[in-house]
Amino acid sequence: MGDLEAFRAEVRSWLEDNCPEEMRQPLASDQDHVWGGRQWEFSSDGQRVWFERMVEKGWTAPAWPIEYGGGGMTPAEHDVFKSEMKRINARSPVSNFGFWMLGPALLKFGSEEQKREHLPAIARGEIRWCQGYSEPNAGSDLASLKTSAEIDGDYFVVNGRKIWTSYADRADKMFCLVRTDPDAKKQAGISFILLDMESQGVSTRPIQLISGESPFCETFFDDVRVPRANLVGELNQGWTIAKYLLTHERDNIGGEPPGLLKGRDLAKMALEAIGADEAGRLDDPMLRADIARLEIDAMAFRALVEHTRAKAEAGEGVGARSAMLKYYGTELNKRRYNLMMDAMGGQGLEWEGERTSGGRYAREWLRSKGNSIEGGTSEIMLGIISSAVLELPKG
Amino acid sequence: MILNEEQQMLADLAERIFADKASVDTLRAIRGGSHGNDYDQDLWQAMVESGLTGILVPEDQGGMEFGLVSAGLVAREVGRRLALTPFLSTAVLGAIAIGRGGNDDQKSRWLGPIASGELIVALALDESAKHRPERVATQATAAGDGYTVTGQKTLVLDAANAGVFIVSAMLDGTPRLFAVEIGAGTVDVEPVVSLDTRSMADVRFDAAQAELLDGDDNTLDAVLDAGRAMLAMELVGLSRAVFERTLTYLSERKQFGQRIGSFQALQHRAAHLSVEIEISEAMAFQALAAFDSGADDASQQILAAKARAAETARLASAEGVQMHGGMGMTDEFDIGFFMKRARAASELFGDANFCTERFARAKGY
Ligand SMILES: Cc1cc2nc3c(=O)[nH]c(=O)nc-3n(C[C@H](O)[C@H](O)[C@H](O)COP(=O)(O)OP(=O)(O)OC[C@H]3O[C@@H](n4cnc5c(N)ncnc54)[C@H](O)[C@@H]3O)c2cc1C
Repeated sequence: MGDLEAFRAEVRSWLEDNCPEEMRQPLASDQDHVWGGRQWEFSSDGQRVWFERMVEKGWTAPAWPIEYGGGGMTPAEHDVFKSEMKRINARSPVSNFGFWMLGPALLKFGSEEQKREHLPAIARGEIRWCQGYSEPNAGSDLASLKTSAEIDGDYFVVNGRKIWTSYADRADKMFCLVRTDPDAKKQAGISFILLDMESQGVSTRPIQLISGESPFCETFFDDVRVPRANLVGELNQGWTIAKYLLTHERDNIGGEPPGLLKGRDLAKMALEAIGADEAGRLDDPMLRADIARLEIDAMAFRALVEHTRAKAEAGEGVGARSAMLKYYGTELNKRRYNLMMDAMGGQGLEWEGERTSGGRYAREWLRSKGNSIEGGTSEIMLGIISSAVLELPKG
Repeated sequence: MILNEEQQMLADLAERIFADKASVDTLRAIRGGSHGNDYDQDLWQAMVESGLTGILVPEDQGGMEFGLVSAGLVAREVGRRLALTPFLSTAVLGAIAIGRGGNDDQKSRWLGPIASGELIVALALDESAKHRPERVATQATAAGDGYTVTGQKTLVLDAANAGVFIVSAMLDGTPRLFAVEIGAGTVDVEPVVSLDTRSMADVRFDAAQAELLDGDDNTLDAVLDAGRAMLAMELVGLSRAVFERTLTYLSERKQFGQRIGSFQALQHRAAHLSVEIEISEAMAFQALAAFDSGADDASQQILAAKARAAETARLASAEGVQMHGGMGMTDEFDIGFFMKRARAASELFGDANFCTERFARAKGY
């Protein structure tokens, strides 16, 4: 324990010295999130300085091995690091799908060469990744995907179409599921490949969301040539990797509330917006009750997250239980944004304008609706729980 | 929170004892008995022999001196097996009230007998239909070396068999805890036949001789915390049990030529319920551990745990009845007992609304 406390002291003082004040404020908009990549432009000096210092320190991917550009922290050290970041409300210096999803998958399934090529570039924020899974006719039923990759010498030739590809137009590379054996049973003919979005034949078309933003795209592949060296794992074994990665995605979605409400106290926001009665209670008793119920559920959900994490650290597999966290965490988040809208009242009706930084209450509330769709819908999560955890009979 | 080795052993021990001794048949027998206000004596004896009655009693008084997490492992079994036992009233509330509030003399008179199972203690707090611990009309008056208390209490658990009552009464404008030993005719116990066969009574104190428990200022708070925490675990235990039975039924019962558990409408509800149970259990354990470590927000966590466990048990028992169809409505089938128990355990020491409201207050909004 002594070592850990020394480590905490070191992290704390380094963060104190190096994290700029403005990087300790809650995110005001999606622009405040540093995604990194070739096209990235910093929106402030503070953002750039914080990014550069953390990259140099190797703390952008704290738990990855040092030889792949990570911080080499043990799980216990990583927990200390996260709690110290949280203590000062430090923003993440950079993050994208490479950190949350591809990195963990490469660490497990990638070849030595692939790890050395891709992991440090992710950790340094040089390459921004996107996820090419969903297709127009393969959403919940992902394994029915049709985008094909035919082998031609040292290359795959990729043809087809992906949809809902978040940030495809701003990403440098994509990890992608393709069909490499059209005759096999559907899960058995899928491979996991990495491709450059600048390759000849790749094009994207942004799609606008109900929030008015267009963070995701349709992505088209027209005879795109991808080196065979970019195959991760074995040919036709991509489904295993896809599933592994989805669990990571789900863990991530089910954690802290993202966006506007991250690190913010909903009750305090409501008190500021609505005011208190003589006894100091929120002057809207029904909303007060709803907020208290939400806070209790959120506290209890965190207890389960912690418990699950502790079990995982003790070596017990989490497996299908991550579906429980994904399901509950995202439904909780939608409730949270609904209550935020109830609390903000008229301000929540603004769609543009300075006062609300461009209608961010309304936009983030609408965006939160996607939480229970992206990464596997709530209904699909409930299905996984009933079959894999409860082992109920098949229909 | 993960159980340590000692706690895991205790969990296994409690599970074994309750699986062996506590059964719905006993519950039915006691329900059909003469005064409907009894407890399972065989189970109590087994708990005495294994030390569980002294789980919170200090070692020098013959107890095990464990914490609330450990007591919670027993309370979970109580709920799971629908056991009728003075565990909550005596081994938890009595032990904490006397252990924290009592002076050396009081401790040495009562804690040993709690551990040895000879003494049953009943806590008399509430005076109206809803739990309002601050609303106390019962009065204490100085009399000679001690006091007398006068007032009417309700929802007093295990009163019919109690040797000592712990009573809240107003002294100089603040509610304090007193101990009243049974004996004189100044305590009038009127048993109530309760919904879940739990031993319950209205109790009238008429200038009953009383001793002040003036050890620790926060005794009443600690007692309330412990009561809510144990009931949260009891509710978690019964939610798990009713859910297990429901899952079994879903996998066996056939309609339309298939097992009803294959219908997605039921699968999704079962899956949702399983998540609620996991979350409520994790919350309850975390809250109990917070109490044991003296965390600042332990009371808040316990309020959250009790509120949530009550809602979960309500859902688990309602889904249990619904998914058993007509069978779930019969007295012959056990499922209804869980619903009754859930109702009573939720109400005692503050229902979900009460706990939620207090939680908001404690959070400052
Ligand atoms: C904000 C956002 C970002 C996304 N980002 C990406 C990304 O970067 N990359 C990527 O590949 N994909 C991404 N997705 C796509 C996402 O993974 C899919 O939308 C999701 O898997 C659902 O597929 P679908 O849209 O085709 O809906 P469908 O599968 O058609 O589902 C429609 C409805 O039917 C229900 N349903 C489907 N099957 C069943 C069943 N068996 N039982 C019960 N109900 C069922 C669903 O729950 C849903 O309510 C994103 C989606 C969103 C909303």
